Amino acid sequence: MRDAHRPNIIVIGNGMVGQKLLENLVEAEVHKQFNILTFSEEPRPAYDRVALSSFFSGNRAEDLSLVPEGFFQQNGIGLQLSEAVTEIDRAKKEVCTEAGNRYTYELLILATGSYPFVPPLPGRDRKHCYVYRTIEDLEAIAACGKQSQIGVVVGGGLLGLEAAKALKDMDLETHVVEFAPRLMAVQVDEIGGQLLRSKIEALGVQVHTQKNSKEIVDGNQHLHRINFVDGEHLETDMIVFSAGIRPQDALARQCDLALGERGGIVINDHCQTSDTSIYAIGECALWQNRIFGLVAPGYQMAKVAAEHIAGGSAAFTGADMSTKLKLLGVDVASVGDAHARTEGARCFNYLDEIKGVYKKVVVDAKRERLLGAVLVGDAEEYGTLLQMTLNDMPLPENVDSLILPHYDGSGMTGLGVDALPESAQICSCNNVSKGDICQAVGSGATTLAAIKEATKASTTCGGCTALVGQVLNAELLKLGVEVNTDICEHFPHTRQELYHIVRINNIQTFAELIEKHGKGRGCDICKPAVASILASCWNQYILKPEHSQLQDTNDRFLANMQKNGTYSVVPRVPGGEITPDKLIAIGEVAKKYDLYTKITGGQRIDLFGARLEQLPAIWEELIAAGFESGHAYGKAMRTVKSCVGSTWCRYGVQDSVSMAIQIENRYRGVRSPHKLKLAVSGCTRECAEAQSKDVGVIATEKGWNLYVCGNGGMKPRHADLLASDLDDQTLIQYIDRFLMFYIRTADRLQRTSVWLDNLEGGIDYVRQVVCEDSLSIATELENDMQSLIDSYVCEWRYTVENEEERKRFSHFVNSSEPDSGVQFVKERGQIRPASTDELQQIPTQAIN
Amino acid sequence: MTLKWTQVCLLEEILPNTGCCALYNQMQIAIFRVDSSEQLYAVQNYDPLGEANVLSRGIVGDVNGELVVASPLYKHHYSLKTGKCLEDETVQIQTYPIRVENGRVELGTVSSH
Repeated sequence: MRDAHRPNIIVIGNGMVGQKLLENLVEAEVHKQFNILTFSEEPRPAYDRVALSSFFSGNRAEDLSLVPEGFFQQNGIGLQLSEAVTEIDRAKKEVCTEAGNRYTYELLILATGSYPFVPPLPGRDRKHCYVYRTIEDLEAIAACGKQSQIGVVVGGGLLGLEAAKALKDMDLETHVVEFAPRLMAVQVDEIGGQLLRSKIEALGVQVHTQKNSKEIVDGNQHLHRINFVDGEHLETDMIVFSAGIRPQDALARQCDLALGERGGIVINDHCQTSDTSIYAIGECALWQNRIFGLVAPGYQMAKVAAEHIAGGSAAFTGADMSTKLKLLGVDVASVGDAHARTEGARCFNYLDEIKGVYKKVVVDAKRERLLGAVLVGDAEEYGTLLQMTLNDMPLPENVDSLILPHYDGSGMTGLGVDALPESAQICSCNNVSKGDICQAVGSGATTLAAIKEATKASTTCGGCTALVGQVLNAELLKLGVEVNTDICEHFPHTRQELYHIVRINNIQTFAELIEKHGKGRGCDICKPAVASILASCWNQYILKPEHSQLQDTNDRFLANMQKNGTYSVVPRVPGGEITPDKLIAIGEVAKKYDLYTKITGGQRIDLFGARLEQLPAIWEELIAAGFESGHAYGKAMRTVKSCVGSTWCRYGVQDSVSMAIQIENRYRGVRSPHKLKLAVSGCTRECAEAQSKDVGVIATEKGWNLYVCGNGGMKPRHADLLASDLDDQTLIQYIDRFLMFYIRTADRLQRTSVWLDNLEGGIDYVRQVVCEDSLSIATELENDMQSLIDSYVCEWRYTVENEEERKRFSHFVNSSEPDSGVQFVKERGQIRPASTDELQQIPTQAIN
Repeated sequence: MTLKWTQVCLLEEILPNTGCCALYNQMQIAIFRVDSSEQLYAVQNYDPLGEANVLSRGIVGDVNGELVVASPLYKHHYSLKTGKCLEDETVQIQTYPIRVENGRVELGTVSSH
């Protein structure tokens, strides 16, 4: 869609901020007036650099991509990868690339970001010395880590600790060397730094502060030896420099744009440089003598620049540099004036050395306003403290209540959100204000998931999820919107509450439950839901007379009803592995009963067109051939798809088929709020598509990565990584806990993906519950699952073997005739239901 | 108007709160038993919205106090007493007289004499 008559906008750099600018330009429809062209020296389009470390815990480069599929093509934006711009000719308004190509521009945007600072010590260019910035850097570090025993990170700041985690994840003996007297000197104070250090050391990372590196020379036992100024030394196989960033301003320097004394491209409030046809945004830009080394301010600059280019007058007014992160599993947060540098500032401190929690709030001289805060070990209050600081909110009477533990479980919700102004920014990643969320609530978004969809709030880092939830609840309360979460008119309870009632009170039947906790006779909403809960709790035969009336038709006849009232039959094929004899047996049954056969997405075979009265006979033959129910008809564990794995595949690193079979046989028949689909892939190529499943397992060289809450279907969702490199036993243990936790807490017919989107705390919360047992329910969850596994019976075998049960599989109570309304015609050599028109051509006696 | 009663099955053959289908005069009739009482309802088995003979396999319940069966195909609710569809008032299914006599389930038709 390039148009020679349109002027060019050239964007140099396709990092997070460069990409955000392109999206903002498209939103403002600038791409319809200009040709937009972007250059990147990296070989791939924008990816999530903030989540770079997740590369070491199982995420792949593709997972980190920030570019929506087809973005460049659909919007006619030219993308030149691996092509750095080497020169800007401002007089000719031209750029020249390293390939020697020249392009003219009307407007130029520098989004060149920053480069890692490497201290100027001798030996820093030796081999196996790295920086930590791009995916290529990480790939090199990963390759080197495989042949190393010891790794040293130079730099104990935020990025340094990220890098240390990466080395730790590779099982290296890990050291952090920091010049300053404490870790994260910018964000936390002396006590916080001490606590952080002791926590990180407890994880086996060795911390060396106040160490001034002098030189790197050959080591005796290892490749390198770092000599420190104080005479000490450290031997290591590899070194990662992560000692801060510097603005990438080389191009600006070359074309004589105004720069700061210590670097950085000077910009005005519209993000224009000293040449008004050139903008600079992100980490390369210097605004009021400040560099903003975080992504959120970069996004704000991108927005301002795009709006200015589109003719608006948006202005950048600075950005808050508060941060909250998890470093090596330790929560750390810093808000505003964390070091109490404001004149007259006073502090309140809370330190719990046993639990390893440190909290500090900084207030102004008059004790009226919050100036800043430091949180280490527990950063739950971050959202509230940040909002109080940013919005100049009055302090509560007892300031210490902001950081003292809340033993009554009330938390801080009462303090906050109502007092926030409409303009308060709740989600800094996506710049969503309180007003935006309130507006979305007013337009009918009444769940957390709906808010996320409508506003994008809390969809990037997830740090604001709790706060978004609080704003949502407060707004619903204010609007008088009563969100009725009752399952239906017969029970004043949610599914989760009903589950608890059933379990705690040992309720075994629907009749007992509705008599004690509901009203009326029940309906097609609550009956199947309660049937499912009873099955998840007690696992009795679902067609016992007291349960049979509750079941949806699929469960009631243990088969899937199709459009003409006939059923389809799916025998279980664990892991998708099937012998020729069993294949033949299925074929013979299909042939005998003239069933339409189709291969399913879950690696099984579906047999369609069975009449109700044929089902027991069909199953009798399938069971004789060694099959059992596939539960394709139930809200239950369906299939565990697998690739062929290391047994056959040249690339496989684990035996995915055996694991899939083990998992499928373990959870067969487990009933849940909705269907569950699982998969196991034998290597990172992921042929089993495990990341689109409720539970996905992907083999690594060290074990298994566990993904959860993925979905295909109508609303595809990539699964989230729950845990990495698990051994077989831990993998099964975590799946037990995860599934049972979902079964306990999900709503009726809520898939795991929606369940997760509605869970305050998101995947981190699930990880705490499942992997860290934060609720102390892990054993209970495992026991509950074990009792389901122990009580498994093939429903079809039981049904076929019981004459009373078989009798109910008849279309007529008073005749053995088939339903004459069911008629088939042939297509491509198999049956299919006759259409309404075709039915009229077929002479029948009793259709209705 | 007199009704002619014909036995189609026994009450004990129908589980409480479920239905069954009787073949009667070449018609398919869905019969529902509410609770464990002798209270029965009979409607046509054909779901006019789902276009199949399946109503007898639906779940029996009440919606705003109205006794209904939910079709297993697309969950349309039909009143067991009036045959009216709750989701689409232009749709109504046939209802039939039914009674229990000494444990026998009998359908009634208008006698031609």
